[in-house]
Amino acid sequence: MSARVAVVYFPGSNCEHDVAAAVKSLGAEAEIVWHTRSELDGFNAVIIPGGFAHGDHIRPGAIAQFSPVMGPIATAAAEGYPVLGICNGFQVLVETGLLPGALMRNDGLRFLCEMVTCEVVSTSSVLTSGSTPGEKLALPINHYEGNYTCDQETLAQLVKNGQVVLRYCDNPNGSTGSVAGVRNLAGNVVGLMPHPERAMEALLGSRDGRGLLAAFVGAATQLAPARFEAA
Amino acid sequence: MKFSVHVEVRGLPGIADPEGRTIERALPALGFSGVSSVRVGKVIAFDLEATDEGAARAAAEEMCARLLSNPVIQRAEVSIHSS
Repeated sequence: MSARVAVVYFPGSNCEHDVAAAVKSLGAEAEIVWHTRSELDGFNAVIIPGGFAHGDHIRPGAIAQFSPVMGPIATAAAEGYPVLGICNGFQVLVETGLLPGALMRNDGLRFLCEMVTCEVVSTSSVLTSGSTPGEKLALPINHYEGNYTCDQETLAQLVKNGQVVLRYCDNPNGSTGSVAGVRNLAGNVVGLMPHPERAMEALLGSRDGRGLLAAFVGAATQLAPARFEAA
Repeated sequence: MKFSVHVEVRGLPGIADPEGRTIERALPALGFSGVSSVRVGKVIAFDLEATDEGAARAAAEEMCARLLSNPVIQRAEVSIHSS
């Protein structure tokens, strides 16, 4: 089965074309879909790209959680389909409650736009199943509110359950436990602050995002494209 | 009845407050010493039509839980005055 990825965009998203180009370069089909859609039909994966959905008003992701398209996305997540949130998409997934924790302003209140080194922690997720634990990846970050925050009890649970998928080697933003990416319990929903879609070619500074997105696309091909509506 | 609602959103105790910490580090540079425990929050004020104060409070608290604050990292305090 081929992968058919819905790349969902909101007013203020700005990475949807990069994400679509990245997954297409891996042989998947990608369609950019608007946030007012109340159904997603014929897809076997969803990616929420980066940007500033609804202008980040109130908090990043706070308003996006009420966009109609979040209904079918929650259904796809519950049915085990791969769902990925990158940067602002990660913020949307935590605000929606599909992933644990929250993303606060960076420690030091600096907008960070740089290449960072991340370490793969858990490989039991749709994003990291093709990686090896401890593998180092060069990935770009580009955010002001990427400081992953949760209480110590939650962090201990995440670590115990293998829900931390990526960790910063040199914590740039104050994230609790240096967390750069987390997954849900089932492993099919993943959010991360770094941008794998911007690390697809050596010419762009790194191609370490390829393996991550290739694993994600590969997970999609295991499932038949389906129609999703709000539960 | 019309009520004026005042919501104060603050970080939960124990949750890092990067903005508060930056202010705390900046104040001594201006000559203000002895400042500690700076916490930064947000105030949201609006008018609300409701049958009575209890209904206004219940509605405002639900707004806080679902949109105005993120309960994972913040707590919201609601105060209500008839206007």
